[in-house]
Amino acid sequence: MDVRRREFVRGVRGVAPLALGVVPFGLIYGAFAVDAGIDPLPAMLMSVIVFAGSSQFIGARLIGAGTAPLVVIATTFVVNLRHGLYSVSLAPQMRSLPRGWRAILAYLLTDEAFAPTSVRYASPHGPRARHWYFFGAGASLWVLWQISTIIGVILGGRVPESWALDFTLALTFIGVLVPALIDRPRLAAALVAALVAVATVDLPNRVGLLLAALLGIAVGVALEQLRPTPRPPVVEA
Amino acid sequence: MTLWLTIAGMGLVTFGTRLLPFLLVERIEIPARVQDALKFVPAAVLSAIVAQEIFAPGGNVDISFDNLRLVAGLFAIAVAAIVRRVLITMVAGMVALWALQALA
Repeated sequence: MDVRRREFVRGVRGVAPLALGVVPFGLIYGAFAVDAGIDPLPAMLMSVIVFAGSSQFIGARLIGAGTAPLVVIATTFVVNLRHGLYSVSLAPQMRSLPRGWRAILAYLLTDEAFAPTSVRYASPHGPRARHWYFFGAGASLWVLWQISTIIGVILGGRVPESWALDFTLALTFIGVLVPALIDRPRLAAALVAALVAVATVDLPNRVGLLLAALLGIAVGVALEQLRPTPRPPVVEA
Repeated sequence: MTLWLTIAGMGLVTFGTRLLPFLLVERIEIPARVQDALKFVPAAVLSAIVAQEIFAPGGNVDISFDNLRLVAGLFAIAVAAIVRRVLITMVAGMVALWALQALA
């Protein structure tokens, strides 16, 4: 009992610095969704049902513009694909857990939950109760996200469009993306993806995003073949 | 009604993406090549989204100094490269955009 609570609290603390970015983002999402024409209740429930800020933001904009549902869903899938990567990365740690735990933790798996959690799992001699760390990180982010969404929805229409708060989406991604470009293959992947994304902006159904992602990944993989970077140690369960 | 179906669909694909590896970890071994490719997903996807946001805000490509989001965005990229902190990057980028809007 004691080690579980300790891991939980550690998780809450571990995620605290990232929470600083999540709260304003939630506020902005809530306000933006309402401004885009989405009713307050669906806007708030999207934060529960989807629980993925960037896709909620983009989704809200697409929905407000009358985009076809399947396109919105497909775009959401592409935008959140990286969470699948996080999931693959943490999956070995789930081997000892019952399905209920896996479902809860999967539901809570976001960029901000993944970052400190993967670090926690990476230390070789940690306790077996580290899923409580994961839970602490994810649950506190979840609560903050719901609260800031609600406040944002309430503030909603009162935020003038000239404030251009939707620009924060791009800024958040820039803030996360740029420090992550730690080697040339990744940098090349990003540059190629950017180029293709801009070139294909007129293609329907956001196909351009998918194309850009695929080509970027291909270039990254190709460059890495030319000059292999050492693979980091595998996180063992 | 369509709205709720859309939101449900968004939730389903998101949760599914996160859950599947957790459920299948005992049965499926992800080949090393696929893992290597997955490494590049964040860089590629985030970059594609950012690029469209700053080079083509509102859907039309605009590579000029009149595109204030482009200028502010490039500034934010420089800030991010130096300080490597998300919150500071966000603040710097918004301040830059507001300053440019005020001067325009």
